[in-house]
This record gives sequence, structure tokens and C-alpha cells, in this order.
Amino acid sequence: MAITDAVPSRAGQSGPDERSGIRRYPSRRGRANWAALLWVLPALIAYGTFELYPLVQTIRFSFYDWDGVGPATWAGLDNYAGVFTNSEQFASIEHAFILIIFFSVLPVALGLVAASIIREARAGVLGTLGRVVLFIPQVLPLAAAGIIWTWIYAKDGLINGFLTAIGLGKLATDWLANFSTALPAVGLIGCWVSLGFCTVLLLSGISKIDPTLYEAVRLDGAGRYQEFRAVTLPGLRREIVVAASVTVIAALSSFDVIYVATNGGPGYQTIVPGLEIYHLTFTSQQVGAGSALAVLLTLLILVVILPLQRLARES
Amino acid sequence: MRIPRREQTTNVLILLTLMMFTLVPLLGVLSTALQPADRVPTGFDAPWPLHWENFSEAWRIANVLPLMWSSTVIVLAVVPTAIVLATLAGFGLAQPRVPGGRFLSMLFIAGLTIPAEALISPLYYQMQSFGLLNNRLAIILPLIGLYMPFGVFWMRTHFAATPVELIEAARLDGASPARIFWSVQLPLARSALSALMILFFLWTWNQFLLALVLVNDPLKRTVAGALGAFQGQYSTNIVLLCAGSLLIIAPSLLIFFVFQRQFIGALLQGSDR
Repeated sequence: MAITDAVPSRAGQSGPDERSGIRRYPSRRGRANWAALLWVLPALIAYGTFELYPLVQTIRFSFYDWDGVGPATWAGLDNYAGVFTNSEQFASIEHAFILIIFFSVLPVALGLVAASIIREARAGVLGTLGRVVLFIPQVLPLAAAGIIWTWIYAKDGLINGFLTAIGLGKLATDWLANFSTALPAVGLIGCWVSLGFCTVLLLSGISKIDPTLYEAVRLDGAGRYQEFRAVTLPGLRREIVVAASVTVIAALSSFDVIYVATNGGPGYQTIVPGLEIYHLTFTSQQVGAGSALAVLLTLLILVVILPLQRLARES
Repeated sequence: MRIPRREQTTNVLILLTLMMFTLVPLLGVLSTALQPADRVPTGFDAPWPLHWENFSEAWRIANVLPLMWSSTVIVLAVVPTAIVLATLAGFGLAQPRVPGGRFLSMLFIAGLTIPAEALISPLYYQMQSFGLLNNRLAIILPLIGLYMPFGVFWMRTHFAATPVELIEAARLDGASPARIFWSVQLPLARSALSALMILFFLWTWNQFLLALVLVNDPLKRTVAGALGAFQGQYSTNIVLLCAGSLLIIAPSLLIFFVFQRQFIGALLQGSDR
């Protein structure tokens, strides 16, 4: 969902800002500013009631066996063990990592290509147009992306129609119902959504690179590949980390697209943690098991994001 | 700088391919939406003659107007409230010598990595105990809370970056914190606030999970949440499904094209901080 899409990226980015923020207010000796807390109170109440309190509840639920209605019984770590022994729950975590390739690696790579091209064509109409067009999927609800692509992938859909038209009808398949194509197919939807975001983000980084660097490597006779290796890539380190963080979180906590496109099927070929939590909690009434998976998902995101953020801070 | 012609041609080709990748699915849906509604379309048919009447049919069955209204109500309740709370807290935490200020800032930032799926079942029981299930407030209240980590962090960063001389000057003139907030900080925060507004708007308008779980009636959901129900209902009538989906996403597209510069800017600032 949108919050997890774009928000958490800044988590560790706070480092530099944090410090500069404090530097700008010289800490003069004086009375503690208790009154300032009043300004924070309303936000803290909203945050505590609707985010911190539910999080604590999730952690609590995860140690119980509970159907959501009747009495709950203490389960210790059983629900956590379940995540690793239940093949569907474990598959959801594996899939989340596979989705990183499609939601994150692919769009960042393609975004680098697109951004480099748009930089060279900066003044051109094509560059401006490219930026706007590639960005369109980013403003649509993810559920809409799911619906659009469900039809593209359908048996009588656009892709199979095209394959038949060029004489490759043999390759036509029901992409989202086929066990071997379903996961890459939903992954590609994520790539479609993120490409524009990555491109525009990387583009804003490229525009901060000193243009004379490009002139210099070209004068040294470097080809476009060396130019990319020597100038673009090092100059974009921070932007690449940001793009990777946002899209990796989107991959690990994906829900909307997959709910709409496959609902986890066929079988549990496209199940992801978010969807599995939803199914466990609201379909099969295993609130404890769903909560344990939710806690693990939260930890997983932290474990993946923190090293990424450190990378950005070093640069 | 001169770029060799051959490179330029490859450049244009690659960029056009990527643009096609983005546009073709949308155009495919448009072409499907214009085919006769009474038979199963095939993906590659030219939609001729154009059946524009599908859109008026979809407009009726998708309840587009009530849906837009519902989303608008939710946006109008969430966005201003979240902005006010985040701005106040951001200002509070940007002041010097706040007891526990550093801890509070970290507490808000910690919220940035929590996925909504990890909160959804307690939120369900919470809304149940408030008697708010199937009420728009069940979407509105949690969203305000969920936006606090980003909003507070965003505004605090902005306020803390204001040149300290300005604040000092105002303080020497005897201005109270409230006065400094209103007369010095807020006027300087216009771009930060408008970026925050665009982000909150998008996240709310496109919110899916909370709407799906907490509100049963599609007409009380956000546009995105209603799309899910719409798909379930009309999964067999592909033409109307496509037409309806296009109608439902049209306003976001329209707003994006009008404000595309601001949108792209806001989303970029939002991730660059």
C-alpha cells in the first residue's frame, strides 16, 4: 500500500538531516522546554493509538492461539515455528525475495538506462515526454494496475493476441494461472509501477552531477559504457540507495497488486507475506499465526533496509 | 556536448520502447473498453466502431459519482487533519531543549518501516470495539495515525533547517513560540506543506488494504478499495470492467497531468530526504 511504498525509505536517511537539524539550533544552556511537548502531543496520541498500540497488539497476538472470537490460549513460539514449517507461509517469504528482482532490481536498472538517455536528450521534447509518461503508473492505485494487467495477461488478452498475430500462438498461455509464469507475471506489474519513479529519482540525481565530468571522459575517448561506469554510477550512489529502499519495501510488503491479480494463486504460487497475513487472519481465523508472520515481516524489512541505509550514509 | 548520431538513434529507440511498455497496457484497456459490451473481446481486435456508450453504462453501474464523493470525504477528513497534527509536532520537535525530544523523534521515525499489514488485525478489532466497522471513520482515523511518522519527520526536518538567525531575531523581539510558528515558520514552509499535501492525497486516494478490511460497503470506501469490489462483481464482463476502471482512475490521471510538475517534485522530495 501507498504508505509502505514511499514512506519507510526515509527511515535511516534521517542521519545527516538529524545532525544538521540539531547543529542549526545551538544548544544553549537553559530551562528544559516542556511546553514544546504540548505541540507534539496530538500527533503522538494519533500515532500511539493507531500505530504503536496495534503493533504491540500484533506482537501480543503472535504468542497466542486465537480464532479472533473465542478465548485465546498461550502458544509460546509455536506460531513463529509455524512460519518456517508451514510450506505456504514459508513460500510467501521466498516469493517476497523473488519479487525484489522485479519490483526493485529491474526498475532501478532500467531506470538508470532511461535516466542516462533522458539526460543526454534533456532539452528535447522526448526527454520531457518520457519522464511524464513513465511516471503515470506511479499515480494510479496499485489495485488499478492489477486490474489492467489481469486483462493484459488473460487468455484472450493483449499479450496472447499479439503472440498469435505474429505467428507465435504456441507460446500463448493463461499467464496468471500458469504455475511457472504467474510469479514473474505479477512481478512485472511491480516493475511497470516502479519504473517511472526510479527513472525520475535517478534523473534528479544525474542533474546534480557536474556536466564537465561527462565532457572530460568523452574527451578522453571513453565510450558510453565507460562514461556510465566512471561518472553516472558513482554520482548516483545516494539516489540508487533511495530508489532501492523504496522499491524493496514495496516488494516485501506487496499486497494490492497481487490481491487483485491472482489472490495468491494458482495454488500458492504467488502468495506473499502481506496476502498470507490477510488470509490467515480474516479467512482462516488464525489470528496468532497471521500476527507471527506480521512480526517477522516487520523484522525482515528492518534487516534488509538498515544495511542499505548505512550504504547511503557512507557516501 | 556532441553525441554521436548512432548513439542518439539507439537512445531514442530504447526510450520509446520503455514508453511503449508503460503506455501499451493503458491503451490496451482503453481499446477493450470501446469494444461491443455484449461479447467477450479478444485482446487484439481493433475496437471499430467505437462503443463510447460503454462508458456511460459503466458510469452507471460503477457508481462513479458516489465513489468519488466517498473518496473525497475521506481525503477531506484525513489530509488537513494529518497535516495540522504533523506540522504542530514537527515544530515542537524542532525546538531546542525539548525533554525527550530525541527519543520522540526516533519513535516517530521507527514507524516508517512498519508495514500496514502488520497492524491490520489489531486495527480491525479496535474499530470493532469502537463500533466503527463499515464506517468511513474506520479508514479516516487509522490513516491519520499512520501518516504521523512521515509527516512529523518531514515537517521537523523542514523546520529545523530554517536559518537560526531568523528564529533568534524573532525571539529577541519577544515573540512567543506560537508567534514564531505562525509568523515565521509557516510562511517559509509553503513548499514543504504542499509536497506533504500531494503525498497524503495520493496515499489516501489510493489506499486499498484498510478500505478492504475495515469497510464492507464499496460506496463508503476509497476509490482504490472500491476497484477491488468492482472487479469481483464484473469479472465476467471484461468490457465494462475496463471502462469502469478507466473512469475510476480518470480523475487521478487528470490531476496528475495538470499538476505533473508538482507531483513529480513532491514524490521525489518525499524520498530524497
